[in-house]
Amino acid sequence: MASALEAVKALASGFATTFMHLFRKPITEEYPEYKRVLPARSRARIILTRDPDGEERCVACYLCSAVCPVSCISMQSAEREDGRRYAAWFRINFARCIYCGLCEEACPTSAIQLSPFFETCEREILKLVYEKEDLLVSHQGKDKEYNFYKVAGVVTALGGKGEHFREDPPVDIKTNLP
Amino acid sequence: MTLYTCLFYVLAVAIVTTTGIAITQRNLVHAVIYLVFSFFGSALLFYLLGAPLLAALEVIVYAGAIMVLFLFIIMMVKMESIEERMPPLGQWLPAVLCGILYLALGAVVVYTAPGSEFPLQTAMATPVELGKYLFQRHWLSIEIVSLLLLVAIIGALHLGKRKETGGTEEP
Amino acid sequence: MLTWSLGFLILMVKLGAVLLFLLLAAAYLVWLERKFLARLQVRYGPNRAGKYGLLQPIADMIKMLTKEDTIPEGADRVIFLLAPAVVTVTALLMFAVIPFGGDLSFLGKRIPMVIADLNIGLLFVFALSSLGVYGIALGGWASNSKYSLLGGIRGAAQMISYELSLGLSLVPVVMLAGSFSLVDIVRAQEAYPFILVQPLAFVIFVISAMAESKRIPFDLPEAENELGAGYHTEYSGIRFGLFFLGEYVNMQVLGALVAVLFLGGWSGPFLSGPAWFCIKILVVALVMIWIRGTLPRLRYDQLMALGWKVLIPLALVNIVVTGAVILI
Repeated sequence: MASALEAVKALASGFATTFMHLFRKPITEEYPEYKRVLPARSRARIILTRDPDGEERCVACYLCSAVCPVSCISMQSAEREDGRRYAAWFRINFARCIYCGLCEEACPTSAIQLSPFFETCEREILKLVYEKEDLLVSHQGKDKEYNFYKVAGVVTALGGKGEHFREDPPVDIKTNLP
Repeated sequence: MTLYTCLFYVLAVAIVTTTGIAITQRNLVHAVIYLVFSFFGSALLFYLLGAPLLAALEVIVYAGAIMVLFLFIIMMVKMESIEERMPPLGQWLPAVLCGILYLALGAVVVYTAPGSEFPLQTAMATPVELGKYLFQRHWLSIEIVSLLLLVAIIGALHLGKRKETGGTEEP
Repeated sequence: MLTWSLGFLILMVKLGAVLLFLLLAAAYLVWLERKFLARLQVRYGPNRAGKYGLLQPIADMIKMLTKEDTIPEGADRVIFLLAPAVVTVTALLMFAVIPFGGDLSFLGKRIPMVIADLNIGLLFVFALSSLGVYGIALGGWASNSKYSLLGGIRGAAQMISYELSLGLSLVPVVMLAGSFSLVDIVRAQEAYPFILVQPLAFVIFVISAMAESKRIPFDLPEAENELGAGYHTEYSGIRFGLFFLGEYVNMQVLGALVAVLFLGGWSGPFLSGPAWFCIKILVVALVMIWIRGTLPRLRYDQLMALGWKVLIPLALVNIVVTGAVILI
């Protein structure tokens, strides 16, 4: 008898809880009308950023392409006259991309980054193949400061041998002679 | 031929056909479905003959409950397909003999019974009348039948009762 | 001949009206259930198709009608195709004996607001609900899938078990009214609805009727997280739609039966008979959705124990007590 009473009490409290829910405002966020601001580091559409000087960061090292688990990144490297490497073309197939972020982790120059923008649906699948001009943006993304060629020790217009950040001048090997 | 006679013959043919198919079907589920149709036909026949309560009970008890139990058991048990072969003579000969005897007797009874040439008056047994008739005139037989069912229930309970000694009991 | 054809015409009109009402009400009952359940769960529910999602049933209907009707390999074709129809037809036919209101008079004739006032009306409903099991059991068996088969077996066992308590719980009502006809049962409640004198029968009836219509605390035959979708796992398109329709028509039947048997049917002050009847059905449906939004699914042994060890003995005791009270 006591257990029956307990059961009735438990049932009643359950029904009361759901009844109270009727008068609460639904917690649903109605998506197309209300768009929640996503955190800066959430992983969605991939962008190619530029360094603070406005030059392309990508040096076409193929690391992102190699690490990509679904092989959706492809590119062709080229070299400018001043010694900077760049991608002659750069292509990401977003129909295959799984937004894992491994390319961003692999990138030595902070060029490839994932941005919070996710509304990339298309009716035609080929429109999801993004070329370099679609990917390239005119800002630095999440990494505002980094400029690869200022620290890399590669001779470019940004500096000759020994002129980079924390780089000693080149050793004159002849001074080592006895 | 009145409308009722027509309906009667249609129903009778349907019942006999479905029962025949139910007996000869090798697919057990199909056989059960044909049997359900047969019971359904008998229920309609009861309704036609003026016994709506019996018709409803036939559908509820036979078509609705007992046949579902049949179906349940057939679905639970994995059926091996029986190979097509004739049963031995010793099995089917007595069955055929009994069948012929039954048919002959039935024919004799139908054709020689007194009053078989007069059509019977259609009666209408409403649930109230049927209940009063049963429980006022035949209360003893009803009590005996219900006692029989009670005995069957107790017997089933006894057979199905778990042995107290074997294994741990679920709390 | 003229009266005969007039009667036939009236019957056809009644049939058409009831069928149309049932199908429309079933469609909007789905909407109501989704909306109300959503609010119980602090969500909005469908709100995209039309204002407040009111066009959602139409969108769903178009989707179901235009989807491909797949038949799994190895299925028993004929039974597979017929099973959904059995569920829907038995559910729809139950409304043939349910009275919607008092008599209307039209051209000097009395027209009862019921399609067929059978003197075995209640038994007719039971017979159809026990035939409805076949749609589930055979649909599950014919799909040639283990989830469907398990769902079908569970459905058959559950519905047989609860049919007993369903029938037994209504014996006191029939004893009080002295008739199986649903019209007479409503007439017998003119002084007071039977829920006041038979609260136990009411509770037993509602529980076992919910189990009979496989609604959520008793939805073991289609338990999504164990069996895919149970007996209708393999169905698609309009055949799945028929199962769905049958389920919601069953919900209306349940509401109508509760209204007729315990809440006094069409009778009520101020409003007309059919209006009161609809309100009572709606209230029962809302309570059922509330129950769905609150209670978790029973385990199989709990289901069987509730049916056989609690509801049936209680119903039997109720019959004996009612009989004794009537005799005294």
